[in-house]
Order: sequence, then C-alpha cells, then structure tokens
Amino acid sequence: MKTRDADRLALILLLTPFVMWIGLLIVLPHAGVVLLSLREKVAPRMFEYGLGNYIAFLKEPIYLNTLMRTAVMSLLVTALALLVAFPVAFYIAKVARARSRAALLLLCLVPLWVSDLVRAFGWIVLLRETGIVSSALQALGLAAGPVELLYNDATVVVGLVYTVVLFMIVPLVSTLDGMDDSLIEAGFNLGGSRLTVLRRIVVPYAMPGIVSGSIIVFMLTAGSYLTPVLLGGKTSMWFTEQIYDQFITRFNWESGAAFGVSLLVFTSLVVWIGLRLTGQQLATTVARR
Amino acid sequence: MPSDLACQDVSKRFGRFLAVDGVSFSVPGGSFFSILGPSGCGKTTLMRMIAGFEDPSGGDIRIDGRSVVDTPPNRRNVKMVFQHLALFPMMNVGENIAYGLRCRGMGREEIRRRVAAVLDRIGLPGVAEKQVHQLSGGQKQRIAIARCMVLEPDVLLLDEPLGALDLKLRERMKIELKLLQHQFNTTFLYITHDQSEALVMSDRVAVMNHGRFEQIGTPQDLYHAPATAFVAGFVGDTNRWDAAVVRTEGDRIAFATTSGDAMLGRWAEPSRHPAVGDRIAVFVRPEAIEVRRGAAGTVDGGEVNRLSGTVESILFNGAASRLLVRTAAGHIVEADLPQSGAAAGIAQGETVEVAWPAERARCFLAGAAAP
Amino acid sequence: MNAAEPRSALLRACYGGYVVLFFVYLVAPLAAACVFAFHDSEFAALPWRGFTLDWFFGAAEPRLGMFHDRRLLVGLANSLVVGLVVATAATAIGTTNAFLFERKDFPGKRVLFVLMVIPLVIPGVILGISILVFASSIANTLEERLDLELTFLRPGLVLVVLGQLSFLTTITTLVIAARLRKLDGALEEAALNLGAGRARVLATVTLPFLRPALVAGFLVAFLVSFENFNTTLMLVGSDAPLTITMYDRMVKGGSTPVLNAVSLFLILGSGLLALISILIQREPTRPAAATPEA
Repeated sequence: MKTRDADRLALILLLTPFVMWIGLLIVLPHAGVVLLSLREKVAPRMFEYGLGNYIAFLKEPIYLNTLMRTAVMSLLVTALALLVAFPVAFYIAKVARARSRAALLLLCLVPLWVSDLVRAFGWIVLLRETGIVSSALQALGLAAGPVELLYNDATVVVGLVYTVVLFMIVPLVSTLDGMDDSLIEAGFNLGGSRLTVLRRIVVPYAMPGIVSGSIIVFMLTAGSYLTPVLLGGKTSMWFTEQIYDQFITRFNWESGAAFGVSLLVFTSLVVWIGLRLTGQQLATTVARR
Repeated sequence: MPSDLACQDVSKRFGRFLAVDGVSFSVPGGSFFSILGPSGCGKTTLMRMIAGFEDPSGGDIRIDGRSVVDTPPNRRNVKMVFQHLALFPMMNVGENIAYGLRCRGMGREEIRRRVAAVLDRIGLPGVAEKQVHQLSGGQKQRIAIARCMVLEPDVLLLDEPLGALDLKLRERMKIELKLLQHQFNTTFLYITHDQSEALVMSDRVAVMNHGRFEQIGTPQDLYHAPATAFVAGFVGDTNRWDAAVVRTEGDRIAFATTSGDAMLGRWAEPSRHPAVGDRIAVFVRPEAIEVRRGAAGTVDGGEVNRLSGTVESILFNGAASRLLVRTAAGHIVEADLPQSGAAAGIAQGETVEVAWPAERARCFLAGAAAP
Repeated sequence: MNAAEPRSALLRACYGGYVVLFFVYLVAPLAAACVFAFHDSEFAALPWRGFTLDWFFGAAEPRLGMFHDRRLLVGLANSLVVGLVVATAATAIGTTNAFLFERKDFPGKRVLFVLMVIPLVIPGVILGISILVFASSIANTLEERLDLELTFLRPGLVLVVLGQLSFLTTITTLVIAARLRKLDGALEEAALNLGAGRARVLATVTLPFLRPALVAGFLVAFLVSFENFNTTLMLVGSDAPLTITMYDRMVKGGSTPVLNAVSLFLILGSGLLALISILIQREPTRPAAATPEA
C-alpha cells in the first residue's frame, strides 16, 4: 500500500539523524572509552587487554580516596541543595501571589544560565584573601589581618551548592505548581498538623520533582570540575581532576579511561539506587523537566 | 433524488476490534443527516473514513457517485468541522477561511472577494482581520463552518461541534446550524451523542451502536416507532423494566415484571417472535402515563395497565416536570407531572394511580441494554 | 489568606526572611563579579578606588580593556562560531528526534528514548574524553593504514562542536518534543481536509506551531554551548573558546578586573538570551507558565 511505504520512508528519514547522533557521539565513543580502559601497554606499540588499569586504580589509595571523597561530598551537596531549595520552591509555587511568583521564578531562572565560570569567579572575588568578605571583616574589626576563605572544604561545598541549587528549584517548582492548593487545604481541614500535611501530602506529591532534581544535581556535582578546582585549589582532590590529569597532563589515556568508566559506573549506580528506592524511572523523571 | 454520499457495507477493524461493522446508508443531496450513538459506538471512525483520515477495512464510500476509497484526504470534496473546531491559532480569521482557497491556487483578489462573501453569508461581515481568540464560542463555530463552505463541498461533515459549548449557546446554535444548512443547501452529515441535537436538526437520523446501524429514519420514526430495544432506550426519555413473557396473543404480550407486577404490552420487534418465559425489556414513555389521585382499580378490559403507588418525589422542570411513583411491588414509574386538571398539585407521599394503554408499552427481547 | 502560608506572623516573617536571604546568596557573587568591572585599580579588591570604564575600553597595558584584548576577542569569536554551529545542528536533529518520538511507533522505541535521555546524566568531562578517544582512534587508524592526516579529528573546535552537540541535542529534543506533544492533531487534519498537501501542512501549520520551541531550543543550546566548560576543556586545541581563555587567566592569577568586565558582559548576555527564551515559550493566554524547559 502506498501510504505504508511513505510511512516507512518517513520513519527511516527520521531515524537516520537520531542514529547518527546517538551512535557516533554517544554509543561508539563510550564503547571506545571502555575498550581503551581495558588496554594495557606492555611494550612500545604492544598492547594487551585486561583489567590491569582498574587493578592499578584500586591499589592506589589516593585514587580510591578521591573517588570516595567526591561521592560523599556530592551526596552532601545534593542533600544540602534539596534542603536549601525546598522551602524556596514551596514559597514560589504555593505561598507567593501569582504576580510575584512569575517574577521570583524569573529571578531564579536568569542566574541559572550564567556560566559556572563566572559564578565561581564571583565567589573568588568575595572570598579570597584580598576579597570583599575578608576586607569587611577587617574593617569591622572582627579579623586582625587578611583572612583566606578559599581553599577549604566548606567553601567548596558552599560553592557547589550555589552552582547546582537552581537545578533543584526548577523541577521542584514545576511539580509543586501542578499540585492543587485544595489538597493542602483538605489536609488541614481533615485535622492534619502543619508537619503532617508537609510529610504526608506535600513531600509525596513533590517526589518526582525531588528525584529528578536530585539526580541532575548529583550528576552535575560529581561531574563538576570548575568549582572544586577554583574554590578548593590544589587541596580539592576532586575525581574529575584526576581524569583530566591522566588524560592531559600525564597523557596516560588508558588509565584515564579506566577512571572515567569508574566515575560513570559509580554515579550511574548511585542514580540507579536512588531511582529504585523512590520507585521512579529515569526517562520520565529527567525528560519531564 | 441524487445522493451526494453513499456508504456500502463499510467496515473498519483495529486489530481484533471491529469499530465499524458493515454500515450502509445513503444521504440524499441537500439534506441534514445525523448519526446518533453513544461514545465508542464507531461514529467518529465512520466519519474519519468518509473524510479520508482512516482507510476502510472493507466496503465502498461514494461521494457524488464516485468511489473515494483511494482518494487521499486532501483531494476529497468533503469538508469537516472538527469537534474542537481546529481553527488555526497562528492565522487570523480571514487567513483561516482563505486557507483552502490558497491550497487550490486561487488568485489573491478572488480569495479576498470570496472570503468577504462567505463572512457576509454567515452574518459576520468584517471580522476577517480579527484573531481567532477574539471571537466568541458561537462566532468560532460559524467561522469553522464558513472555512469549509467557502470551498463549496459536496458534503459537510460535523463532528459533535456543539459539545464544547454551554447549554444556552448550544440550544441557539442548533437552530442556527439548521438555518445555515438551508441557506447553503449543502448535504450535512452530523455526528452526535446528544439525541436532542439529532432530533431537532435532522431530516433523517441513523442510530449507531457497537459499530452497526440499529435504525435509520426520520426523528418521528425513531421516537414513535423505535425498531430495537437500543433505539427505544436511547432516543427520548423512557421507563424501562425487565420482565418475562407470560402469554402472547398476536402482537399483544402479557408479562410479569421482575418484581411481580402483571401488565400488558405490544410486541415491537417484528423480526423476532417471543415465546412464553422469554426475558424482555419493556419501554413506556413518561408522557404516555396518566396519573390520577387515589388507589387504582383492577386491569380493565385488558387494554390499559393500572397500578397504584405513592409519590416518591417530584422533579420540577417547567413543562418537562416529572413525577416518580413507587408502585406497590416496588418499581419506580416516571410520569409527566400533571400541571392542570384534577391531578394538579399532587404532593409527595400521596397515593396515586398510574395508567397507560397496552399499545404504548413497547416490548423487545432483552439483551441489548440501553445505556 | 493562603493555606500554604504559616499562620503566625513571626513564622511568616522568618519564612519570608529566609527566601530573601536565599536570593541574596543567589545574587551576591554575581554582583561582586560585576561591581569590580568598573574598579579604577589593577586589582579586583577593596578598598574601592573609584569608577572607570578602562576595563572595557582601555587600549593599552596595564589597563587593557576587554574590547582591545585580542586573545579575549578571539575567544569570544570562537565561542560565537561554536555556539551558532552547535545550536543549529542541535535544533535540526532535535526537531527530527521530536517527530520520531512523538509521531512514530516502532519496535524498541522505549529503549531508544532512554538512550536519547542518557546524555543528560553523563558527566561533561566523560562526554569530552569519550569523543576525544573516539576521534583520536579514528585519526590514528587512518594515519597508520592510509597515511591520511585528518587534523579536524585532533583536539580543536570541530571536536568541541561534536562534544557539545552530544548532550545539547537531548535538550533541544526534549524542548521541541514537549511542544509537538501539545499540537492538536486535528489542526493538521483540518489543513489536509481543506486541501493542503503534506508539505504544505508542515509549512503552514506544524512548523509555525513549533516555532517558539525551535527558537527557544536554539537559544538554550547556544547559551549552554557558549558557557560550556567541562566537555570543552577535554577537546580544546590551540583555538580556545572564551570560557577556556578566561579560565587560563583565572588559574594563572594576578588577573586584572578585565575578567570582571567579561563576567559582566556574559551575565548580561546570558540573562538577556535566557529571558527571551523564557518569554517566547510562555503561552500568551496563560500567565507565568511554571514549566521551564531544562
């Protein structure tokens, strides 16, 4: 039949760019990285395949510690971002009046698009030894000399939360916005306390937003490079730095690839566990944004 | 009379589901034809096949005498008013109406003239420059019709176009649609689940259920002489009781309702014959039922059913007011509320007699239940 | 009175105060970065020494303004070119992807949809190294087997474009598919019914309806490309986009407020583009659609 042929042709025409994109830019390159990570140089121009790069990675405490440190701090940043963002998102979606709601959301969205680099630079200007905060503390007599507020873990965490918090707010606002106000009113009407209503009605309703925000925030944090390097300096020990180091500085691509695969597997595992625990699906939570 | 649209044994199968099952009908040129049926009965599928959006699995569709089964939708001269009108929001009113003329490659000046002329005819001159969202519901309706009529189609299809309107406007648009149809003198094929729309506007109505036509006829035919239990239950308001046949005598049936009332009725399904013990469905229209104060006598002369009961509740709705009477056996009988004469002013809780001639109690074999 | 709002005045004030504090946190670093763009000193630090526009228009060292700084301008030009190419390609592929997932049914569709979303949750650094490894292995193979030297497969702007395209296409696909989902199929059927051919329906009904999403997708892709750092860092060659040029200066230290000037420029530019893309996507009839696209 004529229309069926036309449909098939259309399907093929639409599939071609998709397959080219996902195949050439995602699937094959990642397969290549996995393959490379399994390759060991035994002599010049001589290679063997095996788990040597991974074993070397596991044997070196610095690498493993860095990965663990990155993971723990990323989880901490994700939790903090959720804690900081939830009240703000609830305020924007439910408390603010219609007009200020649009303005507040816009106020959140515009900085979202400002480069991480500029934002990290802003923190540097604020926090460095000669920065605004240090000067202010001296002027107020709270500090005797210049205070270096950069290059410590607390600053890195504050800076990372800052970088990612808006990616938490946006999905939260959009889920909470879809919640009918009368659900909250009914919760109170039926005798619920403020805490019960929050715990039994608001949070469960916002769960898809919480999960989707947390996934994005966790991935962004674990994969971030700029903020830990610029705010944490040499001491930051962030895992992406190790990957960069192996690839660009030491030109040891095989072990860099093993590091990359480790990071990817590790973060995917955390996301998968998160999805499992909350009963959500990747495609629906992430694509919903 | 020449027929603008004819369907012959048209079927449509979606996987294992038979949405339209061997439907045949023809619509005389210039008439208003409705297809009435509950949602999911296949009427929309039938219309989409006529418009060319679905291919029939079997049968033939002829427009103006020629088969159109192999004609793509954009080459058929049947135009369609969609359920939610589908006016293009990215174009103004004039561009919406001009769309089809542009597709035909007509000159700019000629298009302008025709758009103005059709806007005049629907009584909305000078709205060409307006945006669609500036129009009222009724105006949008007329623009959607004008957008089709400017192309002078053989048949205009209308897919429940009044569904989205509020009650008052819907009543007005029924009359307006009928007038527009007369004015353009084009064949209208109208689809609806609302029996009052179908009855008020149509020359002929087809009642559709489970992919088949149950009956085709004038609105009067359907109302006064329903051919199947489904039509009797679907068209117009009616009482419906389940019963079992006790005795048959020509087209007279004696039956007992499930709660034990003995009554008489008329057999209304000539194609089938009842036997003693068969389950049947009995339909009596509320306006056939007479209400009197006081208790009933016995069944007299075999031709009138009389039952006594108490007034359970009064549903006041002006001229369409109703009375719910609970009979001794526990049935609810819905009757027109007498608003003058001896029975006027009946109150809740009063004892009354309800009576109707056996002639007005239509009996069908049970099976096809009305919704 | 809003049920969601705390009832006691004290709690309400605390809640409001918290939200204000949050926005201060949001704006403070940006403000700090911007203010020193006008600082009449070689250092972006207090005490304040006065106002100047040197860091924008200064023509010579040590007060070389951003509009005379050749390396920054080259970086800016590179970023613009990369951004335009990536945004165009991502919008084009995003459009065909949207039609593929919204309009077609085929075996394995669910799996491919998940595959389509995945680039969004792969860290940028890893996207960068995977493209780097893939391109280099092709280049190496061609060089060894055919003695063919393809420089565009070596780190440089072409690889930057490919690396950014790998995840930006997901974003544009989601934005455009969301809009396509809202298109009432009856509009296209109505156009067909009125006599239009497939191509005409696409040109007069479908694409005009998609236009806000196409523009917004393009702008978002351009913005994210312009500001991307992680993926770009791994793929950059001798021609660096602006973010990389800035980063190099930041790490080297001893930078002048010219970096603040560039920051201000970037904040204004991205803010403006973001604003446009948000306004375009807003339904004209509905106020403040709170469903921003990624």
